[in-house]
Amino acid sequence: MESVRSDATAPQGDSALTVKILVAGGFGVGKTTLVSAVSEIRPLRTEEALTEKSIGIDDTSAVSQKTTTTVAMDFGRITLPNGLVLFVFGTPGQDRFWFMWDELAKGALGAVVLVDTRRLADCFPSVDYFERRNVPFIIGVNNFEGSGRHTPEQVRDALDLSPDIPVINCDVRDRESAKKVLITLVEHIMRTMSRRDPNALTH
Amino acid sequence: MSRTGGEPGPPGAAWLDDEAGPVVRPYALTGGRTRHEGEFDLVALILTRDPAGEDGAAATRPWVPDPEHEMILELCRTPLSVVEIASELELPLGVVRVLLGDLLDRSRIEVRRPAPVALFPGERVLKDVIDGIRAL
Repeated sequence: MESVRSDATAPQGDSALTVKILVAGGFGVGKTTLVSAVSEIRPLRTEEALTEKSIGIDDTSAVSQKTTTTVAMDFGRITLPNGLVLFVFGTPGQDRFWFMWDELAKGALGAVVLVDTRRLADCFPSVDYFERRNVPFIIGVNNFEGSGRHTPEQVRDALDLSPDIPVINCDVRDRESAKKVLITLVEHIMRTMSRRDPNALTH
Repeated sequence: MSRTGGEPGPPGAAWLDDEAGPVVRPYALTGGRTRHEGEFDLVALILTRDPAGEDGAAATRPWVPDPEHEMILELCRTPLSVVEIASELELPLGVVRVLLGDLLDRSRIEVRRPAPVALFPGERVLKDVIDGIRAL
């Protein structure tokens, strides 16, 4: 167990005190909106260019053998008072970009999976992904006009989630609501870590 | 939901082909190189190093940086994450990593990899994160 560096306020060594939280979910579910709501800076975007041929799956292979595609990741930054820098990354929306997820998930504290109850199945791949890799995650049910009312328990049942995983309603356009989502996640991470290793939270 | 897209091809292997179109252009900056030995984490911080005091090395191995190298050195006078550099320069991450590799090879930058705190966050760090989010 590594303890926190004693010189946490002055990260002068060869380590960076940076941490990551991921925001996942289906296309159009509000990932970028959530990132924007909490970032201290205008959300940034970075891209990775690639050809579809390199991805290994291509539903449109009959149409075109190779087209150039760009994986875009939106991310925001939050500088914490102790010098820690928290990055919030919106994961690329399409299933084809799992390889970017692996890079994003490496060293991530945890993830928020956003859900639109009108398109619940869109979040299945994200839930699968984080379950398999033991990345702590919570479900944020984003309230859309016309999405009707589903209780968190209904969503939990539909996703067949373990009872300890928080499911909360949110409106990611609202900053306070977006902050509550992230705080709920970090609290969940704390509980998860203390359960996995009771001695882990000694610092 | 199909999960068959999970495995990318061999890294870098399929990147350069004659029909790749716009992909090729950014990689022209790197002389076609798509990888660097060193690993640059997305959120590793890069800091420009003062070349002073390394006159000997510079003299034996003269190197003229590309404008993109210079831009990185300029940006990283205050520590900046790899992903922010890519965003700032509007270049693909892979290209930025190659350019950073060039700079690292020549000791022009310092790399601060994410602290183990990211893998084993202590309670204090997590509480700091919560307080920091609350204070937004």
